[in-house]
Amino acid sequence: MKMLKSTLAVLTAATVLGVSSFAQAGATLDAIQKKGFIQCGVSDGLPGFSVPDATGKIQGIDADVCRAVAAAVFGDATKVKFSQLNAKERFTALQSGEIDVLSRNTTWTSSRDAGMGLIFTGVTYYDGVGFLANKKLGVKSAKELDGATICIQAGTTTELNVSDYFRANGLKYTPITFDTSDESAKALESGRCDVLTSDKSQLYAQRSKLATPTDYVVLPETISKEPLGPVVRKGDEEWLNIVKWTLFAMLDAEEAGITSKNVVEEAKSTKNPDVARLLGADGEYGKDLKLPNDWVVKIVSQVGNYGEVFEKNLGKGTPLAIDRGLNALWNNGGIQYAPPVR
Amino acid sequence: MPGGPYAARRCYIPFLPGHFMQNQIGAPKGFSLTDPRVRAWLFQIITIVAVVALGWFLFKNTQTNLQHRGITSGFEFLQRSAGFGIAQHLIDYTESDSYARVFVIGLLNTLLVTGIGLVLATLLGFIIGVARLSSNWMINKLATVYVETFRNIPPLLQILFWYFAVFLTMPGPRGSHSLWNMFYLSNRGLNMPAALKADGTWPFLIAVVIAIVAIGVMVKWANKRFEDTGVPFHKFWTGLALLIVIPGLSALVFGSPVHWEMPELRGFNFVGGWVMIPELLALTLALTVYTAAFIAEIVRSGIKSVSHGQTEAARSLGLRPGPTLRKVIIPQALRVIIPPLTSQYLNLAKNSSLAAGIGYPEMVSLFAGTVLNQTGQAIEVIAITMSVYLAISISISLLMNWYNKRIALIER
Repeated sequence: MKMLKSTLAVLTAATVLGVSSFAQAGATLDAIQKKGFIQCGVSDGLPGFSVPDATGKIQGIDADVCRAVAAAVFGDATKVKFSQLNAKERFTALQSGEIDVLSRNTTWTSSRDAGMGLIFTGVTYYDGVGFLANKKLGVKSAKELDGATICIQAGTTTELNVSDYFRANGLKYTPITFDTSDESAKALESGRCDVLTSDKSQLYAQRSKLATPTDYVVLPETISKEPLGPVVRKGDEEWLNIVKWTLFAMLDAEEAGITSKNVVEEAKSTKNPDVARLLGADGEYGKDLKLPNDWVVKIVSQVGNYGEVFEKNLGKGTPLAIDRGLNALWNNGGIQYAPPVR
Repeated sequence: MPGGPYAARRCYIPFLPGHFMQNQIGAPKGFSLTDPRVRAWLFQIITIVAVVALGWFLFKNTQTNLQHRGITSGFEFLQRSAGFGIAQHLIDYTESDSYARVFVIGLLNTLLVTGIGLVLATLLGFIIGVARLSSNWMINKLATVYVETFRNIPPLLQILFWYFAVFLTMPGPRGSHSLWNMFYLSNRGLNMPAALKADGTWPFLIAVVIAIVAIGVMVKWANKRFEDTGVPFHKFWTGLALLIVIPGLSALVFGSPVHWEMPELRGFNFVGGWVMIPELLALTLALTVYTAAFIAEIVRSGIKSVSHGQTEAARSLGLRPGPTLRKVIIPQALRVIIPPLTSQYLNLAKNSSLAAGIGYPEMVSLFAGTVLNQTGQAIEVIAITMSVYLAISISISLLMNWYNKRIALIER
């Protein structure tokens, strides 16, 4: 099934690249407005980032970023259709035009920005690679993993970073790569591999899906930088800006103390010129981006600001209970920092 | 694949140049569209030009579009260093090696599965096929149940079953099943002693070559004597004796040809020896079991196709049951067996790509998976991968066609 899907994606890419004309600035937004929804690529099931709930609705911070873009474009956060993609399928799906935006815990690297016809729009979540080990191994640190067999998801930067880490520390390992995170988790549980490696946020998410999560421990080391963010096709700056500024607006809203509870009120009555610009009460900053002027009001009232989205999907109230850490705002001990709307 | 690679043989080529030229002699000169031969040529030329032009258009358009979208194209990426680890590599590999070497590793891993699978599936298939013809009720029914079960379950499901339900549920290395303290079966695979080079390796190999040459000479002599005098010679047993005695002597004189390295449990896993990883075991087993079911039916149909009169005729000439089977039945059955058997071999080679489902690092999973994703050059990578499968399949097909021609009925 997965194979079929990835083969189809590649064939579609080949066909589309073969016969269609190339992308132009503005073409993506025009096409989206014509079809009436945004096609958003998300993961094949990663709690906290994008995973279907009991009713089949995709939940998670990556999915909410797409909803926010829909709220900005259509004023309606429900006008999104999701494509669940594994790590191997994701880039071809975007290159071929099957999806409009890829919001799927994807690491921003120079080669992905430069050579793939793609461009990253920002950072939804600052992450890093870690290890999930069975407690029975008695391993306290990643430095003790010499000779270990390691389960990895195929086609990820994790594959490269793990290899770098073991080479740098003069350790040996055997990688077993799977297409989906579910398969790697199954292999870890059966003991095919000693440890599972992935972005740390994913480790917590995958641990929560195991039969006995308490038998497994996340090792303390973080061995790489993994800034995760949305990706769009190169060559359409207008669409790039919309996705980029949607994320910035969510961060700016949190910084200004605008929440889904008070946004409508603030938009009408704010005295703060910064907030007035952000919420469209002053100036035409939304129109400049080819969006309705009240775009931020729609984003925050329907989806929430960055902090609300984080807490709802990943924060203390969820089974993942991930600390804001690096993802706190810059004035709050983290490194999330958005340029101003003005 | 009915007909398979043989379909081309029946292809009708309406006008070969020689044919055309011959017929031109004495025909009215000049170019006329009413001449059916001229028309036929014209249509063929137009078709070829159209196909080439379409191909060129697709190629140029793809190239232009890739450029406009800022997607790197070309094959330079093959020289870049890969930077990721691989679970099983038959040749030396480190993370700093190039994508080109990763390609070779993927290719070798595919060939390994295909090679082992072909041999095992053929053996198993022949046994089951003959068993289905057995007059013993029990054997006959067991073989029937085997065939009907395994050929009716999709191969991917069988691979997943062997992997997740059989090999991954084995105990870990510390509690592994051990056989004579040499073979260990665990969820890390089958660990076995490794045969390493020793003092006697080269003399042993030379002795094997000498034995093979000696067998060749012996067979030639025996055949000639049989033609001349009609006295048969025990070629098989003499050959076997030569093959055992000559290398055996070398081992006695120059010492053992191999040095055995035993697997040893250390830390997380076994150290030393050879290991067949569970992904390889599951894939090989699943493909063997699946393909053998089809081969069994082909073998059965082949043997059934030889009329019983042949057996009776051979017996009435005084041939004993063994030679009757070897010299009368099987050569005729093979003519029916080989063409569909080729198709099954091709299927096995292509089905090995299903390994992507269990993470065995072969062409599709390693090259069309990981490499494609790390480089983002989908079109080049998929084109290379497709050419590889085409090349493997065509090689198998050519080999089998050659063999088929050799055993075909020689008409006089």
